[in-house]
Amino acid sequence: MERKYLLGNEAIAHACLESGVDFVSGYPGTPSSEVIDTLRVQPDRSCYIEWSVNEKVALENALAAAWCGVRALCTMKHVGLNVAADPLMTSAYTGVTGGLVIMSADDPFAHSSQNEQDTRCYAHFARVPCFDPASVQEAHDMIRDAFLLSEEFGLPVIFRPTTRICHSKGDVELGPAVTSTRKGEFHKDPRQYVVIPAHTRILHKKLNEKQPAIRKRLVERGLNRFEVRGTAAIIASGIAASYVRELLPAGVSFMKIGAYPIDEEWLGDFVRKHEKILVIEELAPEVEECVRQVAGCVPVFGKKNGYAPYEGELSPASVAAIMEKAGFLQKNPYPPVQPVPDIPARPPILCAGCLHRSAFYAIKKVYKDAIYPSDIGCYTLGIQLGVVDTTICMGASITVASGIAHSGETRDVICTIGDSTFLHTGIQGLLNAVYNGANMTVVILDNRITAMTGHQPNPNTGVTACGVESPPVSLEALCRACGVTFVETIDPYDVTGMVNILQESKKREGVKVIIAKQMCVIMARRTGVKRGRYMVDTETCNGCGTCVRYGCPAIEFSDEKARITDLCNGCAVCADLCPTGAIVRGGKR
Amino acid sequence: MSSSFDILIVGIGGQGTILASNILGEACLIENRHILGAETHGMAQRGGSVESHIRIGGEHGPLIPPGQADLLISFDLLEALRYSHYLKPGKTMVINRDMVHPTSVFTHKLVVPDEEEVIAALKKFDLRLVDADELAIKAGSPLSQNVVMLGAASSAMPLKPESLLEAVKRLVPKKTIDINTKAFELGRKAGGPS
Repeated sequence: MERKYLLGNEAIAHACLESGVDFVSGYPGTPSSEVIDTLRVQPDRSCYIEWSVNEKVALENALAAAWCGVRALCTMKHVGLNVAADPLMTSAYTGVTGGLVIMSADDPFAHSSQNEQDTRCYAHFARVPCFDPASVQEAHDMIRDAFLLSEEFGLPVIFRPTTRICHSKGDVELGPAVTSTRKGEFHKDPRQYVVIPAHTRILHKKLNEKQPAIRKRLVERGLNRFEVRGTAAIIASGIAASYVRELLPAGVSFMKIGAYPIDEEWLGDFVRKHEKILVIEELAPEVEECVRQVAGCVPVFGKKNGYAPYEGELSPASVAAIMEKAGFLQKNPYPPVQPVPDIPARPPILCAGCLHRSAFYAIKKVYKDAIYPSDIGCYTLGIQLGVVDTTICMGASITVASGIAHSGETRDVICTIGDSTFLHTGIQGLLNAVYNGANMTVVILDNRITAMTGHQPNPNTGVTACGVESPPVSLEALCRACGVTFVETIDPYDVTGMVNILQESKKREGVKVIIAKQMCVIMARRTGVKRGRYMVDTETCNGCGTCVRYGCPAIEFSDEKARITDLCNGCAVCADLCPTGAIVRGGKR
Repeated sequence: MSSSFDILIVGIGGQGTILASNILGEACLIENRHILGAETHGMAQRGGSVESHIRIGGEHGPLIPPGQADLLISFDLLEALRYSHYLKPGKTMVINRDMVHPTSVFTHKLVVPDEEEVIAALKKFDLRLVDADELAIKAGSPLSQNVVMLGAASSAMPLKPESLLEAVKRLVPKKTIDINTKAFELGRKAGGPS
């Protein structure tokens, strides 16, 4: 036994090693990314690990490995499960022989996401078990249970931590890592693995027949448990159970839901022992709906009667307020306090020297009155520069652009998409736009890496998750193969060159692709690229503010003069833009 | 009710708040105490406002309720003001005497309070201002500012300074141990009760 202070995702990764995981795949997405990022740098790793190109691809790979009898883990964020929903739904029918754990990390409050969907609803929909940890230690401990349950019932198991598990820390009790001796072997069984109608009807029945035993097992394993302490009871799940535990008054009963499906008979027995029930859970009323089905005339307080919110993240303070409102707490121990008003916000911002900023600048200069669909990545921050009009889901920049272009909208349409997002789900949209004759420009913001989620490599990087060299894909050849005839690659730090190419694309009909290629500035710094800093010659600066409006965090303005701080990464774009030539190379790095 | 000692560390993405949290975690392991934390990862780190919750002796959730923190460490004056409602009145706030203006202040010409105004607004707390940049340079590297700040806050924490220093030595890159040891000690001298 060893005790370490770990991030939730690091503890989850370690638990997978303790379970002797054989096969790992996934697509990066906050808050899930650090699980594979931790596993892929382990020195004595015996398992296979890949960053897949998207979540559907990742899950199908992991499913196949589990069909071959080895233990597989597949990681993604909640919205990634939408992409992987197709294999998920039918994998519940085919089942698995080796354990398959699908980690889909939810993000209540959308700290880093486009929505607040609840993975537990997918588990319910697919009829597969789902684990919902309440703490970092529990997330660690549940991984073992998840693999065992998956193998016992021959079903994929969903593991659903939230941001406050993945990105929380704790002193975690760890077990020893295990080296697996399993070797994958595929046993042909078309009735199991070929889901033609005749087979799938039988498989669906088998899936349904497994459910009662799963419900019972989750109680037997102590994943769902209760303490009767009085006539009122609180039922909570996930991290909300930890918040309730902190506040629970003496004499109030407590039920903790750690896994689904919930055994309704067992739940009903508990509920009927009480005079009133409060249900506290984040996002969807998964537990509450179950409680209401068995409650009969016992009053239930929760989301459905306005005591708890359907959206956002819970916290100790909001849980205390819910408990007080529902009459489960006499006095709120956390009286509300007000933040100091009117402090200028400090949102995340594109880095000093980021290639996206200069690409956006050039786009805005040439396409002044245009529609700018965009996509998911660091460059979504281009909203601050007025060049992001839409973002919905991965790959939807190109498809939204072609939809707008075909709608009768007369303004130009120019969309932006990162290299990793293009390879994830952008290619099909491009193929479709060319095939159907859309009139639009696609700018691929090519920084050679999946930057936003923590710099994971992708097929464009030239290296795999485990550091093995691989042939980098040619984005140019890929676009040409889709039928695009105007494909130009340019360094976006060369603003003049980028403007010229954009002007050229503006004159042409059809789908045009511009690849704005420059290394992510964080990677450039890490790999030792030294560009030197720039500074403002205050004699020459006339205070016109052109550089300030460029929006670079390294540029400040005081006493009617611009100033460049030590955040400068030396991209030199501001020096290009300055009308008086006051920005010059200099200053030490 | 929680009996933990709750520390909020705030700053700007990239200033090293995560390492500071890891050092506190390691110090708790050394003293065989429980600890819980919650922090900002992902895109929010890109130059945005970041917060790291640390609960020494924490048993349940990792989040500190507003108004309940026992100690606040801020790497920036403006961030100290932004998160000041988290701290119990009268408790210690250790602040780096530096203010990075959000870029929106320049691009949208927003009004930002100056150092004197920030200090005046925080007068109900036990303020300890630290020139972390100057002390870090004195220690040998401007990158050791986060360790200066921990040193400065160490006298207000229920952890032994030896445990904190040992944790610093375990977690910083080997070739910077001497610099960071000096940074911790300079911070500790500067951050004593005023």
